[in-house]
Amino acid sequence: MQFWQIQTLNSFALGGLLFLLSSGFALIFGLMRIANLTHGALFMLGAYVAVSAMRAGFGLALAALIAALAVAAVGGLIERLVLRRLSGNAQGQVLATLGLSFIASDFCLIVWGGDTIPIQTPAMFQAPLRLFGLIFPTYRLVVVGIAIVVGVVLYLLMERTRLGAMIRAGVDDMQMARAVGIRASALFTIVFCLGALLAGLGGAVGGPIFSAYPGLDSDMLSLALIVVILGGIGSLVGTFVASFIIGFIYTFGTALLPDLAYVILFLPMVIVIAFRPTGLFGTIKT
Amino acid sequence: MKRSHLLLLVVLIALPWFSGEYYVNLASQILIAAIFAASLNLLVGYAGLTSLGHASYLGLSAYISAWLSLRMGLGHALTAPAALLATTLTGCAFGWIALRASGLGFLMLTLALSQIVWGLGYRWVGVTNGDNGLSGLTRPAPFGIDLANSAAYYWFVLIITTLVLLVIARFVNSPFGATLRGTRDQPRRMSSLGYDVWGIRWVTFVFASFLGAVAGLLYVYFNKYIHPSVMSVTVSAEALLAVIAGGSGTLAGPVVGAALVMLLKNYASAYVERWNMLMGFVFVFIVIVMPAGIVPGTQALLRRLGGGRK
Repeated sequence: MQFWQIQTLNSFALGGLLFLLSSGFALIFGLMRIANLTHGALFMLGAYVAVSAMRAGFGLALAALIAALAVAAVGGLIERLVLRRLSGNAQGQVLATLGLSFIASDFCLIVWGGDTIPIQTPAMFQAPLRLFGLIFPTYRLVVVGIAIVVGVVLYLLMERTRLGAMIRAGVDDMQMARAVGIRASALFTIVFCLGALLAGLGGAVGGPIFSAYPGLDSDMLSLALIVVILGGIGSLVGTFVASFIIGFIYTFGTALLPDLAYVILFLPMVIVIAFRPTGLFGTIKT
Repeated sequence: MKRSHLLLLVVLIALPWFSGEYYVNLASQILIAAIFAASLNLLVGYAGLTSLGHASYLGLSAYISAWLSLRMGLGHALTAPAALLATTLTGCAFGWIALRASGLGFLMLTLALSQIVWGLGYRWVGVTNGDNGLSGLTRPAPFGIDLANSAAYYWFVLIITTLVLLVIARFVNSPFGATLRGTRDQPRRMSSLGYDVWGIRWVTFVFASFLGAVAGLLYVYFNKYIHPSVMSVTVSAEALLAVIAGGSGTLAGPVVGAALVMLLKNYASAYVERWNMLMGFVFVFIVIVMPAGIVPGTQALLRRLGGGRK
């Protein structure tokens, strides 16, 4: 009983983190048609910046904020300095992000070393929560809460604000959007920064669960790819649903069949791709 | 074959007589990397499908051959065809999945599939021995010729490389190769002309995975050891870098690119231990500064010089 309950909550927490990670990837892909392969590295960078911020004496909440902003700034630089030069060249852009991801992960290795660095769960969330006679690890609930809040904010941003309307217009038809006077250049930078911010936030918030270690980038990039392929590339709702599906499959797969957890990830992706090449909620044909 | 090619071949055959063992081994590694890059080039250059998962085939064939000989006690006469067959069949399945998409979707699917294979290599400890890798492997002795010393193995690799490159040249210059380039440049027109675009791409994918498996066998024979990192995205990216740096869609490009990448990796690692970072910078540099690759870039330059002389 305890096993299932804990693993279920773990699945939700992982799903929430995957949503923070993948929603940014999906946003960037949807608007800019860039498969941002630095996304895993940005997640890892978020975790490491949070480590440094906490060593400097900040609490996790503030450290996560610093990490998110720092990673957003890095994302802005990547977009302005590299991807901008390659606009219209989708393959060039994806290869540039691949190169940048190697640079970023090696940079983290130089600065923070090769050992796993644990991130302390904040003291106020360390005690498990007792609710209806069940025991919950509090921090995982907090992570789920953050993911839901971010999901709602993103939804409102996309559906209820002017910026969101411009982004949606750009996703639907970029040439038309430019023609009616939407400044695509500024929009691209904003969306890329936002995507990077979400990845950095995910890395910092996920710190107490994953820790910061070399290779986190590669693990996270694989999961993000599987989530967006499953959910439909560019669809926020699809990303949300697929994040939790993968969260469950990966958590239970790792707990029950640790050797084959990766193969179990493979199955839902194959099934969905076989029947719906655009993913569960996707509309973009690639 | 042109005279310059024959001359190059003669120089390569003679290499072990005038250079030390270190360089002979380096040359073997370059040739293996060249086969691997040339097989990836079929997809990237001729089919217009950028795959980021080619290391899977190299790794799978190496692992299958290693596992069959270590755990099943089979000889090389059985393990080699079994590894090639099993890897090619995996290529059939992965190709079927990845070719549900094209463009960036294809790239993401190949990357995701190869990350799963890589994760399996690390986690499925019972079969792959996880992070420790599989060691204690041997080289084959075809027709009773011992390949244990580096010069003999180098000649063996040189023969296979020459064969593979001739086969690839035949493949891309055949009518099928022409239709393949057609599906790269004008998929819709090819489709309306009655060509089965999907089928052409799939056959090419399977063929590329088979040649990747050949490179995998040569790799594992060379190292007599296999580690999961050989299936990582870094290895796929190195091959992709070789293809793009050399010039995708040309015959010589991936070979030149593979030589450059291997030389850079060998010499740079003597001075800096940051190969990954260096490779990242080279990637960004090539993509921004020399998108067509070195071989077509040089050819264009030579043509311009030749034109000036007239």
